[in-house]
Amino acid sequence: MAHINEAGVKKICEICDRYANDKTPLMMILSDIQNEYGYIPLEVQQIVSEKTGISVAEIYGVVTFYSFFSLEPKGKYVIGCCLGTACYVKGAQQIIDKFSEIIGIKPGETSADGLFTLDALRCIGACGIAPAVTINGKVYPKVTVDAVPGIVEEYRAMGGAN
Amino acid sequence: MAKVNIKIEGVSYQVEEGLTILEAAKQCGYEIPSLCAFNHGECSNGSCRVCLVEVVGARGLVASCVYPVNEGMEIIISSPKATEARRASVELLLSNHSQHCQQCDKNGKCELLYVASATGAREGRFAGSKTPTTYDELTPTIVRDTSKCILCGRCVARCKNAHGKDMGILGFENRGFNTIVAPAENRSFINSPCIMCGQCINVCPTGALMEKSEIAKVDAAMKAGKYVIVQTAPAVRAALGEEFGMKIGTPVTGKMVAALRRLGFKKVFDTNFAADLTIMEEGTELLSRLTNGGVLPMITSCSPGWVNYAEYNFGDLLPHLSSCKSPHEMFGAILKTYYAEKIGVKPEDMYVVSIMPCSCKKFEKERDQLKTNGMPDVDAVLTTRELGRLIRRAGINFPKLPDEDFDTDIVHDYSGAGVIFGVTGGVMEAALRTVYFKLTGKEYEKINFTEVRGLEGVREATIDINGTAVNVAVANGMKGAKILLDDIRAGKSKYHFIEIMGCPGGCINGGGQPYVRDVFLPNEDDDIMDTYIQKRANALYSEDERQVIRQSHNNPQIKALYDEFLGEPNSHKAHELLHTTYAAREGFND
Repeated sequence: MAHINEAGVKKICEICDRYANDKTPLMMILSDIQNEYGYIPLEVQQIVSEKTGISVAEIYGVVTFYSFFSLEPKGKYVIGCCLGTACYVKGAQQIIDKFSEIIGIKPGETSADGLFTLDALRCIGACGIAPAVTINGKVYPKVTVDAVPGIVEEYRAMGGAN
Repeated sequence: MAKVNIKIEGVSYQVEEGLTILEAAKQCGYEIPSLCAFNHGECSNGSCRVCLVEVVGARGLVASCVYPVNEGMEIIISSPKATEARRASVELLLSNHSQHCQQCDKNGKCELLYVASATGAREGRFAGSKTPTTYDELTPTIVRDTSKCILCGRCVARCKNAHGKDMGILGFENRGFNTIVAPAENRSFINSPCIMCGQCINVCPTGALMEKSEIAKVDAAMKAGKYVIVQTAPAVRAALGEEFGMKIGTPVTGKMVAALRRLGFKKVFDTNFAADLTIMEEGTELLSRLTNGGVLPMITSCSPGWVNYAEYNFGDLLPHLSSCKSPHEMFGAILKTYYAEKIGVKPEDMYVVSIMPCSCKKFEKERDQLKTNGMPDVDAVLTTRELGRLIRRAGINFPKLPDEDFDTDIVHDYSGAGVIFGVTGGVMEAALRTVYFKLTGKEYEKINFTEVRGLEGVREATIDINGTAVNVAVANGMKGAKILLDDIRAGKSKYHFIEIMGCPGGCINGGGQPYVRDVFLPNEDDDIMDTYIQKRANALYSEDERQVIRQSHNNPQIKALYDEFLGEPNSHKAHELLHTTYAAREGFND
């Protein structure tokens, strides 16, 4: 566990303690860690295992089952393209392909500069505005292929600035 | 227990409430083909969909292994709809299966092939893409081939049941078509804190988890003209007969020796000789710790699965482990020194094969700490199952073999104490017989310390030896062991001596023992899954009773070995040859 510093370990333990009285705390713990750090590497899973008594294999299984959880650090801007049925018939595949082409990464990957992560999402419940894209929580309705370069540019312009 | 009235195939029955349809049908004499269901729901996820039946009034077909019976239920097994569905389920499993049945060592004991035949799923109707495969053969112990995995989850359940929810090494990873059963990150077992006990092998219905065979290595050594000596662990004789259709619990010591001799081994010895030696060393070590204020409790070190667990998880407690090598390693060291010199064979020309009920012994023999003069003490380890294969391959009619004796030589005698090493509590009992003698100067009248017998995960007893209370505990499986170890770590342990075995039940239920599957055991009772461990244990206890010498310190050849070669127990020479060291290890190492 060489990669995590003391403060990190303390924080993860603190998150685990929040749900110490829950019967099934794992999803809540992982969810908080994902939100806090943006990813859940094996070292962190080991700490959670020690705190909760749930095996690393099981935790790893949960992390890899839900696409919300990530094993790798995500980019500064997480682009989520909905590929649910409604978005898909409205051309979502072309939208995600365009993001992929412009940024140069496949769905699930993060760009080398750490700026973008491209995620393919299943239905996000926004079928009325299909095809929908979310970027760090901001929703883009009825996205067209032509609009994609502009959206990417918008975030590139903001760059690494906070 | 309340009863409910049900109908199966139109016939009325009364069965216990709470049973699954599968169990109820079995009691009534109907065998529903099933695959993932195992050992009273030890694992029944209803995941394989092989045991589908029709229940009148239910919306669709139901998985009989998880569906409980209730009052008035009408179950139809034989309808065309159910028959076709079961067949389709098996064909779907086969469509994502490697189907290298000819090359697979599981052939003959494969439950997938069995249900394929039972459901009529013969042709491959659903050819298509397959889940990406992982083939892990990096450990000397377990081979994992996901192309044969049907995702039933038995191994996942067994690992947790034996070693604790916090320790389970195997889990389901990823999702949908990409799901696999693997250690975290789909690592090799060698880079995970897997203790390599092999319990997962014992429950796998297919060839997805298998021991790594060393039959070819033994063949090569024989061909090369090496002086090949074989030794057999106590638990092997309690189960080998099962490989040849003999009743579970039949002791087959004599036939096993006869078979090994026919297979061409130069000498056939019994690891029990070395078990007696272990007791002399370990008993002396315990006495010295008790009288000289050494680290207590002392914990046995025969089980390599347990040693792995300790090195991974309790590095700080390693000084509690007895420094004794495990018996077969001690035997190897004695064979390649004392015995080699006596018979005039160069140690480098000698090849020691251990027949073990254990898959982890394959790993143990590779440990750097278990070499003498740069040579491994033991060269190859075959499991009980592999010995079964060797015997079948040679065309030997095992049940018809005459009973023969181990080679009469300077290292063949063994006591009853050595025999019971194979069952949980056995090492403890054997040690107590000798420690009692050393402390009181006389034999324990009743001989047996029945207080430490049993199959519970953790047992404890207080033995009164001449007014001194010796507190002992016995654990089998790491789930039980962890309770004792946490207490030691917290400074709360009241014990002087603890025996820990990696497998539930001890070596008789080791990861190298014959598979116990009721479908392949038509002559056994219906409750065989509950009784087989005790039956194997009884086979060993009965051999103990038959022995004239019951205590390790009374084995005349052990006395001679000390007089002529080793000096005293725990002497300098004994330490050099018979003792070892341990080192803490990181579980998830890269």
